Amino acid sequence: MNYAASAHPDIAAKLPGWRAIVLFALLLAGLGGLLGRGVYLQGIHDDFLQKKGDARYGRVIEISAHRGMITDRNGEPLAVSTPVESVWASPPDVEADRRQVKKLAQILGMDVEEVKNRLFNVSRDFVYLKRQLPPDQVERVVSLNIPGVLLQREYRRYYPAGEKAAQTLGFTGQDDNGQEGLELAFQGRLAGKPGSQRVIKDRRGHIVEDIGSLHAPKHGGDVTLSLDSRVQYLAYRELKSAVENHHARSGAAVVLDARSGEVLALANYPSYNPNNRVNVSSHAMRNRAVADLFEPGSTMKPFTVATAIEAGKVSPNTLINTENGVFTVGDRKIHDSHPESMMTVAQVIQKSSNVGAAKIALSLRSEALWQSFSDSGFGAPTGSNFPGEASGRLRDAKTWRPIEQATMSYGHGMSVNLLQLARAYTIFANDGELKPVSLLRLDAPAPGKRVFSSRTTRAMRDMLEMVVRADGTAPLAQVAGYRVAGKTGTAHKLENGRYVDRYVASFVGFAPVSNPRLVVAVMIDEPNNGQYYGGLVAAPVFSRVTDAALHALNVPNDAPLDNVIAPSANIVEEEV
Amino acid sequence: MLRSGNGLNALLLVAVVVCGLSVVTSQHKARKLFIELQKEKESAQRMEVEWGQLQLEQSTWATPGRVGEIAEQRLQMHTPGNGQVRFIWTEPDGQTNNQP
Repeated sequence: MNYAASAHPDIAAKLPGWRAIVLFALLLAGLGGLLGRGVYLQGIHDDFLQKKGDARYGRVIEISAHRGMITDRNGEPLAVSTPVESVWASPPDVEADRRQVKKLAQILGMDVEEVKNRLFNVSRDFVYLKRQLPPDQVERVVSLNIPGVLLQREYRRYYPAGEKAAQTLGFTGQDDNGQEGLELAFQGRLAGKPGSQRVIKDRRGHIVEDIGSLHAPKHGGDVTLSLDSRVQYLAYRELKSAVENHHARSGAAVVLDARSGEVLALANYPSYNPNNRVNVSSHAMRNRAVADLFEPGSTMKPFTVATAIEAGKVSPNTLINTENGVFTVGDRKIHDSHPESMMTVAQVIQKSSNVGAAKIALSLRSEALWQSFSDSGFGAPTGSNFPGEASGRLRDAKTWRPIEQATMSYGHGMSVNLLQLARAYTIFANDGELKPVSLLRLDAPAPGKRVFSSRTTRAMRDMLEMVVRADGTAPLAQVAGYRVAGKTGTAHKLENGRYVDRYVASFVGFAPVSNPRLVVAVMIDEPNNGQYYGGLVAAPVFSRVTDAALHALNVPNDAPLDNVIAPSANIVEEEV
Repeated sequence: MLRSGNGLNALLLVAVVVCGLSVVTSQHKARKLFIELQKEKESAQRMEVEWGQLQLEQSTWATPGRVGEIAEQRLQMHTPGNGQVRFIWTEPDGQTNNQP
């Protein structure tokens, strides 16, 4: 205040006192205004302004996450996702002369006119030229450097095993989501979750600062299957040749680790190439080993006989009157193709006598038979969690009539899938314990569930080993250097509730008998080349798969190498 | 007092300017390093992709079917037949023992 006074001492006195007060008040108000604005901007309006600022230079970028790999038990990749580029164009921005268009068409392997139409179709902003190109073609497209022709990254899934494991692995759709098979079953574990991140970009599009991730990308986890790609290949190869030789409709094979219940191979034929699914029929896509049901036929006899032995009704040497091959139950007749008046229980298994099995079954209570079939895993899903698994049918014992109890003893009037059947045979391979099947590699074998006593199963193992002797139904199942055991099955197919003259030939067995390591089940649907008996059609497949798989897994011999005995000219044929 | 005050002010001014400049340079450095990091991350991802592709390629070349075919047709090899395989057991004491 005294500045004014010192500058103009003569007018100082004239200045009214209120001026200073007004000025002070004005300045104070100005300060207050600024402070208020500051608080408003920094405190209250902050979010909006921050947003505006971020919008100028901040960007949210997507971070892609790839789908996990599927590998076999030894780490061999079975399904791998790898990025591929798709070429697309933005027609309004395209500048290309005729020469460039021609070259582009050449690289893409497309018609020149077609490419031209797509490139210069100005009514659209986005048009795919070709999707999922191999990397070398992509490089050549990039080197053309045509404005408006751009690349987009997509993931594509490859299956190195090709058609050998196609139905088991399944496949993914365009958006890399599992649609079939194990790709679908393990979708949750395999799928990646793309993340996003907020960044600051400079004028040239470089990311200069990472502000923070909104959500981190989650790459899909890898899945290690129990499959062994070598065994899978062997099973597929032998199955394929058998289906072709017998002009069969289809076939399936399952190889289980007898000790742990892990699935080592699950093969189907006909098959398809999962890397190129153009014109694939649903016939080829079907995983028959799991999704198809069939009447098991004589492969059920061991369960009937084991139940009777367990119940103390018979022993392997008990003689059964097999009525010269014809046995009447109610108004129906049961036949044997090799009629004999008497057979031991062991021979009933070895020669696959229906009359014998029926008589043994009728000596049991129906509930007891049902209970042991059910305990063996029939009529219920295997727990493999394979999509589309059919659980099979085992009717309640209360509804069984005597004839049904008799036919059920040799596997008629019920249905199973091949995996179920293979799993049930782990009981005989494992001293009476049923192992849960697993499609994932296990670090330790899962605990089994006891179905039969180990004495019963050992007796059954001896009887099943007789099946592959020269006078059994399946001498062709023998394997050089290993003791094998198993059971043939041949069943009429059901069509609209009636049996027709088409057959399902099957063989289920395990090896080596002294210390079982593998359970192998083979099913051939409608062999059509004169032969249809399980012992002639399916047993040789079992023999070759088992032989090769035991060698591949380095299983030591448990028999002299000259153990294979040539079968007699007339192999014992079972009644169907 | 006035004189020493000016000296201090000058010193503080210099300090402020130096601090300001160093903030700018370190920010610049940070951004450069970040770009570098981003590039490395990108190349890591590229390598991962390539690794996947190589793995794929390897397993495609090494499918049992292809190996078997080449072994049999080009190299004239065959699976050892009946009686041509012997298992040798090794005992814990290092002795070998020939069985069936």
